[in-house]
Amino acid sequence: MSYFKPKLHHPKLPTNRLGFTRRDYEGPVSTLCAGCGHDSISAAIIQACFELDIPPHKVAKLSGIGCSSKTPTYFLGNSHGFNSVHGRMPSVLTGAALANRDLIYLGVSGDGDSASIGIGQFVHCVRRGVNMTYIVENNGVYGLTKGQFSATSDKGSKSKRGIINTDTPIDLVALAMQLGATYVARSFSGDKAQLVPLIKGAILHRGAAFIDCLSPCIAFNNHAGSTKSFDHVRAHNEAVGFLDVIQEQDEIEVEYQAGETIDVEHHDGSVLRFHKVAETYDPRDRVAAMNYLETRRAKGEIVTGLLYVDPNPVDLHTHLNSVGTPLNALGDKVLVPGAAALARINASLR
Amino acid sequence: MSTPLTAVNDFVVKFANVNGSGSASANRLFARSIIRMGVPVATRNIFPSNIQGLPTWYEVRVSEAGWLGRRGGVDMMVAMNPETWDKDIAEIAPGGYLFYDSSKPLPPSKFRKDITVIGMPMTEICNRTYSDARQRQLFKNIIGLGSLTALLGIDPGAVEALIGEEFQGKEQLVKPNLQALRLGRDYASANLACPTGLRVKRADKVGNRVYVEGNSAAALGAVYGGATVLAWYPITPSTSVAEAFMRYVRRYRTEPGTGMTNCAIVQAEDELASIGIVIGAAWNGARAFTATSGPGVSLMTEFIGLAHFAEIPAVIVDVQRGSPSTGMPTRTQQADLLAAAYASHGDTKHVLLFPEDPHECFVMGAQSFDLADRLQTPVFLMLDLDIGMNEWLVEPFTWDDNHRMDRGKVMTAADLDAGRTFGRYLDVDGDGIPYRTYPGTHPSKGAYFTRGTTKDRFARYSEEGKDYVENMERLLRKFETAKRLVPAAVRRDAQQPTKAGVVYFGSTGPAMRESLEELKARGIHLDALRVRAFPFGAEVERFVADHEVVYVVEQNRDGQLRTMMMQEMEIDPARLVSVVHYDGTPITARFITDAIARRAEARGPLPLRQVAT
Repeated sequence: MSYFKPKLHHPKLPTNRLGFTRRDYEGPVSTLCAGCGHDSISAAIIQACFELDIPPHKVAKLSGIGCSSKTPTYFLGNSHGFNSVHGRMPSVLTGAALANRDLIYLGVSGDGDSASIGIGQFVHCVRRGVNMTYIVENNGVYGLTKGQFSATSDKGSKSKRGIINTDTPIDLVALAMQLGATYVARSFSGDKAQLVPLIKGAILHRGAAFIDCLSPCIAFNNHAGSTKSFDHVRAHNEAVGFLDVIQEQDEIEVEYQAGETIDVEHHDGSVLRFHKVAETYDPRDRVAAMNYLETRRAKGEIVTGLLYVDPNPVDLHTHLNSVGTPLNALGDKVLVPGAAALARINASLR
Repeated sequence: MSTPLTAVNDFVVKFANVNGSGSASANRLFARSIIRMGVPVATRNIFPSNIQGLPTWYEVRVSEAGWLGRRGGVDMMVAMNPETWDKDIAEIAPGGYLFYDSSKPLPPSKFRKDITVIGMPMTEICNRTYSDARQRQLFKNIIGLGSLTALLGIDPGAVEALIGEEFQGKEQLVKPNLQALRLGRDYASANLACPTGLRVKRADKVGNRVYVEGNSAAALGAVYGGATVLAWYPITPSTSVAEAFMRYVRRYRTEPGTGMTNCAIVQAEDELASIGIVIGAAWNGARAFTATSGPGVSLMTEFIGLAHFAEIPAVIVDVQRGSPSTGMPTRTQQADLLAAAYASHGDTKHVLLFPEDPHECFVMGAQSFDLADRLQTPVFLMLDLDIGMNEWLVEPFTWDDNHRMDRGKVMTAADLDAGRTFGRYLDVDGDGIPYRTYPGTHPSKGAYFTRGTTKDRFARYSEEGKDYVENMERLLRKFETAKRLVPAAVRRDAQQPTKAGVVYFGSTGPAMRESLEELKARGIHLDALRVRAFPFGAEVERFVADHEVVYVVEQNRDGQLRTMMMQEMEIDPARLVSVVHYDGTPITARFITDAIARRAEARGPLPLRQVAT
């Protein structure tokens, strides 16, 4: 069941530039377990869309199957949503993005959905450079079927039933970078201050943006011995930096020392301001980023933050040289060559 | 020695070649030159799943009477492949002709006494004339064609004109081809007994027909149907649908001024992604399709179930081949009917269209998009290899410029603002078809969440049994509506009243029509019904009711259409007699006639049809 929230809200609730309150970006009440990290991610998505002044209906949210894929019901209630089949959200999102390049595409998936059954679609969707924000809510287990390991479970991690995982984990972030994603980040559902700007940056990015968001499973993967528990992630979280997303209308109040920040400008004039924590880290250098990631991973650290961004992304529509008008808005006049052209085709076939 | 066959405009020539040898274009010139002489031909490629070095055949049936099904039997064999020599020679009809490359002497045991053997040292002539190995190979085919014009009385002017058109803009290629053609023709005229008993005579039986492959025609239909998204994965025999679509898109979908494309084509990583992309695009309001074959349909079935239940339009072109598994990938069958009609888990039924030739591939190719949008469901366009990958002589394509795409029941922002109630799965009109909105339509109205799991009329998640049943019942009503919208079956009654009928579909058409004439000559009169779609309309039910016995002719082992007729119309199986042909070659009139005559004789005479008073 979905439980709808009452529409009433406090009259002084702040509005964004479009006059929407945060409530306008919400959905029905979540049915996930109390304390589930996924709900924090939903809240971060709501916050990001509210702050970016996005008309809620200009987002299409798509998902596969699993706990994470249920979440699009619980945010952006005025957006069209599509809960597709297990592991196949990337292809459905690709098709949707081809049909109308003017909407924002938000793909929400899980580690089972994207790293196991759907890894093929994940890989190819990223390769193609679909203009999207692809979030994996990564908890290392199958929640809806009660706690089996997923392909992102770390080697040596212990399940709730006491089984030790012996398979090598898939690092979706490393994979995304290798496959040509032009915006790659990792975050933690317990760190909203880090996550919201990362989502905002991903939405503004015109290309394949991928966020791996660790989101511990409160029911099946939050015990001692699990490497995806709240405690473990908190203890091993190493942020490379933090991000400000500065929109054109924002006033910039604080001056920073040269060398402390890196600015990446978007097509719409907004700026991603990356504040370095790791001194030498430059998120525009893909190869260095991949090296850094692997080095830290070998030490058991979980590197988070904006890991890579290509300041000049190219998306699938550009590759295909498709027209600026959304394909779903083209009419007979443009699409149908007509009887005279057909007569010429006939003549060529005799 | 049998008497040499004599026939004018009514014979079969078969070319036995090695694939990759460049024979295809010369063979095509041969067929098209006969068409240019006003004589209908039916041509079929018989080829292996291979690129180079394996045997391949090209069969040309010349038929002034216009019978375009495969005839069976060979009157003249052009044997160019030593590897298949024995089998090829054995296939020639008594009194038939063998035309071969006599450069290398063969022992008499390699020949038959009851045929006319015509040897020509083609390799020798080529080696003498050309120094380049590639030229020797290519022009051997043209030299052979030149000699055939003399042997069969083909107007060399027709071939010359075609060569000129083929290489338009590449004048340097025209001259050597014409030279090779003349070389062969002159040799044959001077050294061989020309013409043979088989002759082509100029006639006026082609009219304004066009010669085209079904896959190209279906792709052209998709262009005219307004398709803007194609996602596909290469698979024989459907690949040329996508390739033809790309060709037509380059020509007809380029935005003037910008050079940008009014279309998006993605070669996906597999068939799962192909159908996923189609579903995503169609959900978002674009007309989208994929082209595949049986194995691809199998991979797509989970998604097809989703599209059925979530009610998303999708057009799937299924060019059927020999099955199951990888089966006979380069041979033809009509064996995906059940797999397509009931694709996916749970209770699902889908709309199927059965074009009988490339002309209908175009018509239905365009129509399938209107149907998919109108019915908000997947629609299968069921071709087979015989239609898809062979060029057929068919009626020219026509288009009504007044036709407008039927996008079905789509609510706009204006509708929503006017206060119209929107329930994604609400049956407002009683036809089972609900309204939909495209994503991004309205800031506060009309958004809904699409899912494969159960929902209520307003698309809210529900696990209630009654919501599930209500939805499934509505989907049945929608399927009833589909019966009225799909192309009706075409009935042709015998000249005499009869209680026996025959049902057929797809590429069986030409062979069936020829067989009906043959059966009539043998005193067997049949009313005939060509089924063009599934679900079956009332006319199919009526046809079965009108007859005591109905032969169901199809190109699969298990009589899949017959099964669907029994299932959907609750027909007594005893009344539907299965006539099946499934060895991978196209069905012939001879086969159907023999099969039906045998069964009819076994059953004894039927009472005459009751004439209604």
